[in-house]
Amino acid sequence: MTLRLGIFYLMAAFTVWAAAIVVLGKNIVRAAVALIFSFCGMAALYVMLDAEFLAAVQVLIYVGGITILLLFAIMLTTRISSATARVINDQVVLSAIATIGLLAGLIYATTQGISALMGPPNLPETAPFLGRALLTTYALPFEAVSILLLAGMVGAIILARKD
Amino acid sequence: MITFAKVIEQLYAVTAAWGIPWLVPTLVVMTIVVGVVVAYIAVAAMFLIWWERKISAHIQVRFGPMRVGGWHGWAQSIADGLKLLLKEDIIPARADKVVFVLAPMVVFAASLASYVTIPWAPGLIVRDLHIGVLYMVAISSLAVVGIIMAGWSSNNKYATLGAMRSAAQAVSYEVPLVLSILGPVMIAGTMRMGGLVEAQGGTWLGFLPRWYVFPQAVAFLVYFICALAECNRLPFDIPEAESELVAGFHVEYSGMRFAIFFLAEYANMFVVAAIATTLFLGGWHGPWIPIPGLPAEVVHGLFGLVWFQVKCYFLIFVMMWLRWTLNRLRVDQLMDFAWKVLLPIAFANLIITGLVLML
Repeated sequence: MTLRLGIFYLMAAFTVWAAAIVVLGKNIVRAAVALIFSFCGMAALYVMLDAEFLAAVQVLIYVGGITILLLFAIMLTTRISSATARVINDQVVLSAIATIGLLAGLIYATTQGISALMGPPNLPETAPFLGRALLTTYALPFEAVSILLLAGMVGAIILARKD
Repeated sequence: MITFAKVIEQLYAVTAAWGIPWLVPTLVVMTIVVGVVVAYIAVAAMFLIWWERKISAHIQVRFGPMRVGGWHGWAQSIADGLKLLLKEDIIPARADKVVFVLAPMVVFAASLASYVTIPWAPGLIVRDLHIGVLYMVAISSLAVVGIIMAGWSSNNKYATLGAMRSAAQAVSYEVPLVLSILGPVMIAGTMRMGGLVEAQGGTWLGFLPRWYVFPQAVAFLVYFICALAECNRLPFDIPEAESELVAGFHVEYSGMRFAIFFLAEYANMFVVAAIATTLFLGGWHGPWIPIPGLPAEVVHGLFGLVWFQVKCYFLIFVMMWLRWTLNRLRVDQLMDFAWKVLLPIAFANLIITGLVLML
């Protein structure tokens, strides 16, 4: 268990370090690259919680899809070689309040005995279990999320179309 | 059955009995496995580079390398590798140094990590993960991140253009790729690489091997086309299109860093072929005969090892054959093909497979 804990702290530190670069970095492309590393660190934390399926999906969707799209958009829109792009927006106070609130909630949860690193729950295989749950017990929320995504997609297409 | 996992377990039990902390054998096993895999990748990549040169030469009615090493220039790749090792390592003055140095490592790490779940032979697999196929697809999609990092950090317009094209291509082709691997996964009911191969044992109607390429021929084609795009192979090599972008994302790389990109490309080709072999071509299954004097299990394993390699290298041969036969697609044709042709076909295949399985 001590080695597990050591790896957990290592991966957590890695994730936080990468996330700090995302937020504090001056260069927007470097921030996007750091975001990728941060997502990979998150995937490692999922693996430590025995959620391998979630970890693989995290890498596939967030790293292989979303961040690459993000980089693509950055390269299309800004002068990428310039390091002067503004990376901090005006809502610093609001986001600081939200972040501190979240941190307080997490600390409270930890002190109440919900630890970040639990022992492996020893599920046989998570993927079939998840699939069945999503299509039976949680079918309605699942479909609601799909409709939300569809609406978002249609909205994006309408906004992007010129004519 | 003797499996790699059981051998490792035995080893751990023995060392635990000797009072050695389990970290020591774990690290030893990890080092050995990584060493073997890296050695395999290096040798396979050198062979593939030589092979590609030979195939391209014969398609163009040339001889290709003939001199180095004697027999048909077999040592050409070794000579090239040594030359690249000795070359000067140049980092452009205006490049983003950290990202520039990191990029080849990310690309190579992504292809190296995929070798964890390749089922080489019955029982010979480093780790038969629950999510095997998904893991391989997810991990190998990381290579694109390295390509974008390389292209952007070089601070060169050709490299940046190559990186952007690579990003667009990867995002488009990953969707039908993931959908196409779902067909075999649905039939087999598992994502374990070992389980997928085992599900393809035996025959249909007594003569047809139970490979998923027969019921899932459409998925196989979709997968293979997307895999070509993932490897940046012709006709999908727009990220490094020589005639337009000089060399695309790796224009500024030289010496060993360039060699690592080259190595990763061929290592990735093998990964893609291994996934196709496992999902569609029955993996290690193939006819085998018992050899007197050896236990049947060992002989089966050896034949399996050979069959897996034969199938993989056949697919790689097809990829090379296509590269030297077809010409490059334009960017807009590429996008049209992914979203308007491959994606609907992949969805239709998924729905039909699901219907047949339910009925």
